[in-house]
Amino acid sequence: MRNPYNALAAFLVMFLTFFVAGAFVLISVGSNVLLSYFESRPAVTAFLKDDTGSEKVKEIQDSLTATGVVSKTRYVSKEEALKIYKERNKNEPLLTEFVTAEILPASIEVSTAKLEDLSKVATILKNETAVEEVVFQKNIIETLSNWTRAVRNIGGAVVVFLLATSFLTTLIVVGLNISLHKDEIEIMRLVGATAGYIRAPFIFEGVFYGAISGLAATAALWGIFTWFSPTLQRIFSGVPLLPADPAVFGYLLLVEIVAGVAIGVVGAFVATRKYLTI
Amino acid sequence: MINFHEVSKRYNSLAALADISLEIETGEFVFLIGPTGAGKSTLLKLIIREELPTSGRVFVGDTEVSSLSPTQVPFLRRRVGTVFQDFKLLPQRTVLENVAFPLEILGLDDSEIEKVSKETLSLVSLEDKAEHFPYQLSGGEAQRTAIARAMVLRPEVILADEPTGNLDAASAWEIMQLLGRLNSLGTTVIMATHNMDISTSLPHRNLEIQKGRISRDSKEKKSKASAAKKKS
Repeated sequence: MRNPYNALAAFLVMFLTFFVAGAFVLISVGSNVLLSYFESRPAVTAFLKDDTGSEKVKEIQDSLTATGVVSKTRYVSKEEALKIYKERNKNEPLLTEFVTAEILPASIEVSTAKLEDLSKVATILKNETAVEEVVFQKNIIETLSNWTRAVRNIGGAVVVFLLATSFLTTLIVVGLNISLHKDEIEIMRLVGATAGYIRAPFIFEGVFYGAISGLAATAALWGIFTWFSPTLQRIFSGVPLLPADPAVFGYLLLVEIVAGVAIGVVGAFVATRKYLTI
Repeated sequence: MINFHEVSKRYNSLAALADISLEIETGEFVFLIGPTGAGKSTLLKLIIREELPTSGRVFVGDTEVSSLSPTQVPFLRRRVGTVFQDFKLLPQRTVLENVAFPLEILGLDDSEIEKVSKETLSLVSLEDKAEHFPYQLSGGEAQRTAIARAMVLRPEVILADEPTGNLDAASAWEIMQLLGRLNSLGTTVIMATHNMDISTSLPHRNLEIQKGRISRDSKEKKSKASAAKKKS
């Protein structure tokens, strides 16, 4: 008979490991989506004064193209700005009810091939008399990029630490079970059981802890993610982050179960090598 | 059947067995006698490869036990049944399940396991206790269960290490009768005991061990006596 407290300890430690690992994977995937989103967006937006004519717009666009660092420019008229605004706020009728094209500014959206050229483009635009305000996303992208890197590094270190803890916990719990069953093991040896026959239940025990923990951790992440989805959707409105692709959770489940089984097998195998005299 | 060639076993500086050479023939019943710590259990452990000799060679039939690879050891142990003073029964299993245990390990099908286990239980007259748990048995019954488990694979040899040590006199004699019956069916029996009453009152070979050495072998004595008789 297995000791339920040992089994619970092994399950909880492995569950925590795979829950944290899964959370970091999801955060990392989400950050990458966010980063790609911001990188693909126009990096500098110049809002134009209301009296700016199409000739002036063309002149500004030409002067930007002449710098050689601009990859794309796009004029967004007041009507187009209204359309975008309405699309973004389609679920909030109160926000769209009293807004007309007149109160939204026309703008020029500019993308550069390299992130470091954004400042140069922003300076040119700021010096234009027809430009009311310049917004550029260099800081957002850089901050996000730094965050993504930090999440990966810290997450990686935490996960490695937790994986080591899980491995050692499996080893100790299986080792304890071996010592609890030492009489049975001795009898098995004496009546001619092979090493594989004696080891198998303990290896299976490790597999069980790993598989159940991986499954439970992914299920918990899925539940929490589903619970917070409406909130996340509000925060990241316009970013193609949600609804999450179910395949992401499918892969996560597969990876967590495979990793759980691998840790369980290796931990239990080392335990049987160390504590089981056959 | 079993041969020891100049076998010694040392535990660090302590000599458990020293230069033992002996031969036990198929179908023999041998008492290993001697005081506690004389080396009787060590000798039995060498036969089932629980221990390795420090020097010398041990044979069971044609198999050199001391040179077996670890993967072959289980197959040796299926040929040699073992019985212990403390029975070594699994407390959460019934009598029938304890007897069936070695058959389960072989992976036989359930009906075969049940058939052979019941047959073996009847050999030790415990059919009516089949569904009992070890804690519901007397010492004698527990030991008979252990003997049934040792016999269930139909081994060539039974090693019994002080099998009567925990039993009252009546139960001890029951066990002796049972081992005698198994021996009469052709199984070689080697029994370690320090109970001289038992060993001297039965007409079996006595091997006396003192401080790791064979100090007396009743078979040798008998052969010498019969040789002397023939001469005269």
